[in-house]
Amino acid sequence: MSNIHKAFENKKAFIGFLTAGDPDIETTKECIIAMEEAGADLIEIGIPFSDPIAEGIVIQGANIRALESETCLDDVFKLVKSVRTKTNIPIVFLTYINPIFNYGYENFFKTCKEAGVDGIIIPDLPYEEKEEIKHTAEKYEIDIISLIAPTSHERILKIAKDAKGFVYIVSSMGVTGMRKEITTDVESIVKLVKEITKVPAAIGFGINTPEQAKHFSQISDGVIVGSAIVKIIEKYGKDAPEYVYNYVKEMKNAII
Amino acid sequence: MSKTKFGQYGGQYIPEILMTEIINLETAYEKYKNDEKFNNDLNELLKNYAGRPSLLYFAKNMTEDLNGAKIYLKREDLNHTGSHKINNVLGQALLAKYMGKKRIIAETGAGQHGVATATAAALLGLECEIFMGREDTIRQALNVYRMELLGAKVNSVTSGTQTLKDAVNEAMREWANRTEDTLYVLGSVMGPHPFPTIVRDFQSIISKEARQQILEKESKLPNAVIACVGGGSNAMGIFYNFINDKEVQLIGCEAAGLGIDTDKHAATMTKGRIGIFHGMKSLFCQDKNGQIAPVYSISAGLDYPGIGPEHAYLKETGRAKYVPITDEEAVEAFEYLSKTEGIIPAIESAHAVAYAKKIAPSMKKDEIIIICLSGRGDKDVASIAKYRGRIINE
Repeated sequence: MSNIHKAFENKKAFIGFLTAGDPDIETTKECIIAMEEAGADLIEIGIPFSDPIAEGIVIQGANIRALESETCLDDVFKLVKSVRTKTNIPIVFLTYINPIFNYGYENFFKTCKEAGVDGIIIPDLPYEEKEEIKHTAEKYEIDIISLIAPTSHERILKIAKDAKGFVYIVSSMGVTGMRKEITTDVESIVKLVKEITKVPAAIGFGINTPEQAKHFSQISDGVIVGSAIVKIIEKYGKDAPEYVYNYVKEMKNAII
Repeated sequence: MSKTKFGQYGGQYIPEILMTEIINLETAYEKYKNDEKFNNDLNELLKNYAGRPSLLYFAKNMTEDLNGAKIYLKREDLNHTGSHKINNVLGQALLAKYMGKKRIIAETGAGQHGVATATAAALLGLECEIFMGREDTIRQALNVYRMELLGAKVNSVTSGTQTLKDAVNEAMREWANRTEDTLYVLGSVMGPHPFPTIVRDFQSIISKEARQQILEKESKLPNAVIACVGGGSNAMGIFYNFINDKEVQLIGCEAAGLGIDTDKHAATMTKGRIGIFHGMKSLFCQDKNGQIAPVYSISAGLDYPGIGPEHAYLKETGRAKYVPITDEEAVEAFEYLSKTEGIIPAIESAHAVAYAKKIAPSMKKDEIIIICLSGRGDKDVASIAKYRGRIINE
């Protein structure tokens, strides 16, 4: 078992996302530490990709800035190793499949293990293609985090059965990004997942206010916040860690 | 071979949010592809709306001038909307209708697929939204207006390289936003399964006709079949019914832009590596870190960093070969066909004409080449004039 379950032990988890290398690796490291100090329970680190098709405009921007600062996979591994000297907080990667296919699956998961990564989210690797990496990821004890969408319906059963780490429940249709209102009946999706697996279920996509965080943490095991954090990093650049700390603290307080 | 793959290529590498709809599409296609009413409706549209069958034209002047193999042109440029794109669009738009969808969306590069999709939407009473890279909306401004005239909404895509690749990204994002009443009408033999198969099947009418036509005219099969490849739909269409005729050489011509030794090309087969992108495992132009590379071609329709998975498979098995053609060679062929035969080809199709010009002279006089003339060149006239240093208003 990976470290991920610790994020959910006797508490609702706050999961914060940022893109590695936005605007540079040093700032990313400071933001991760700030999030942890503000009470985040799990950190999701995005590996930049040229064509992030599941992302909205805010995280697309983060990918562009990270690639402009020439962030590559080896830099992201160095970042995790460096973060690991300060904290044991569970860390998962979010990456599209091509950069890791290109790096070589064996090489990638082996390095994940060495660096101290606990899990991986791959938006363009659905259940049907999971075999691509499943055995290699298992060999190095890296959890593949499964996504469940509002459109998953009868697919929920097989996806949840196979889930490891936590289940990522997508709250809304479309791509990542802050939403004023979330209208999907996420609660019944969570209920269904809970009937099938003991793996914790966290909700993401669109969550950005403390009220939303409170509401969604009440019906699940945790909330995932990405675009709102990235927006702060976009606005404050190298000065972002302090503002990220304040924001995460406010959000975490709302879900306790 | 898995049913979603061609050898190791293909698959369904897309977000979970789209999986249910992709499976619905596959189920609907399996249901209707052999359905009598669906096929009658489609054949009626192809015949009386698109103008099929398209001509297989003997290019006498070109044949005499090159003094080698006999050259035939499969005249997809004569279809309604001016290219082969209508074959696939009528099939998919009709499928959308049968599935009870109200709206279709599509990406477009040169604008040909967008125009064809907008046309089918107008005809069948569907809402239509097109995604087109901003760069392409500038170099193909006429087609933007054409789509709007047909009642479609055209979204100018400003992300990434602002070309075809980014238009596909944005169309996928929009589809993830709204699947219930919307079908994504993909324009090429690419993307996640079942698109490469659906598009190939709807385009295979090109080779079904061409094979029969050449047998009627020459009582034998051609020695070579040549087509341009971007994503590869017209090439797959004209290759498909010749695949089992082992003596027929299948040749795809990809865009070498300013040359394959520069960084300004879209030569996926020559310079690309295996990767996973836009829903498929295939070959892609990418950098050392697996980031999808910006590509370049004078032709907006070939300006794409990947290629359909079945082409990657045909290359791997050696059944087809793929050659790079530069901007300069394509422009020369564009002008050559215009002057020699009185036919202005699309700049995409001109890549295939250019390769035929290279090989025909060294072939025997009783040998035969079929070129897929995938589209007409009216849309390219202004940009070719610009290439030659003349600025004209469209």
